[in-house]
Amino acid sequence: MTGRDLDPTLLRLLGSDEPELDCDECFAELDRYVELELRGAPADALVPGLRAHLVGCPACAEEHESLRALLELDSVS
Amino acid sequence: MAAPDTNPDVSALAAAPALEEWHLDLYREGTRRDEAVARLHGLLLRAARFEVFRRRDSLPQDSAAELDDLAQQAADDAAVSVLRRLDDFRGESSFRTWAYKFALLEAALKVRRRAWQDREVTLEPEHWESLAHAGPGPHDDVENAALLEAVREGIRSTLTPRQRQVLVATVLEGVPIDVLAERLGSNRNALYKVLHDARRRLREHVAAAGFPEANQ
Repeated sequence: MTGRDLDPTLLRLLGSDEPELDCDECFAELDRYVELELRGAPADALVPGLRAHLVGCPACAEEHESLRALLELDSVS
Repeated sequence: MAAPDTNPDVSALAAAPALEEWHLDLYREGTRRDEAVARLHGLLLRAARFEVFRRRDSLPQDSAAELDDLAQQAADDAAVSVLRRLDDFRGESSFRTWAYKFALLEAALKVRRRAWQDREVTLEPEHWESLAHAGPGPHDDVENAALLEAVREGIRSTLTPRQRQVLVATVLEGVPIDVLAERLGSNRNALYKVLHDARRRLREHVAAAGFPEANQ
């Protein structure tokens, strides 16, 4: 059995041992990270630990999705 | 050589700081600052409305006017935060993007609070006992069942009461972490650290119980 086969609830309970930022660090880097993503730059390499935090923290993940969506909206309006 | 940016619309964001010199007026005094603050508030209100209306399905009882009032409150609070933390802006993104995140944070928090204001947050640790009875599904095989039992045992025996409380509320009960932080008189960052430590302890426990693949 690999991690991919785990029940989703188990995955959320166990999390990942990948190094990750905390919520405050994520907030501090979020604007830079999203702009890097939208430019097609290697955001995960340039801001290590942020993606892992988004996987483990639904609240920060929501705010990441919203910032990205808002900037995408701005870019076409 | 770096690959060319193939999205001209979005790549324009990189040049945005130079186009946003108005935000420097936020550091001044007088009329120009007042104008810049008004402009900032407009940006924040745009972001807050975007977030509140994006999450409106979680507030089905609220009218459009109530949702807009929530967005106004979020924009007001975000403006206070932005003005207080201007020195934190390092120019690593456009000012607009940097400011937006404050409004999105405040708006998301207010939506979550409103959605949970009349809901009881169950902090009884016994609720995790139902974990092993989550019902059949594509993952409901023998190995997952054994791992579930190891996780239950880990929750019971290796976590502190605080770790158990935070893990169960956020993961099994679906309580937003900032709502839980408010009910517990804590803050989001502190509770996330508790959650992070709880997960690490659980992974170590289940690995020792014969499931090293779960520790990744």
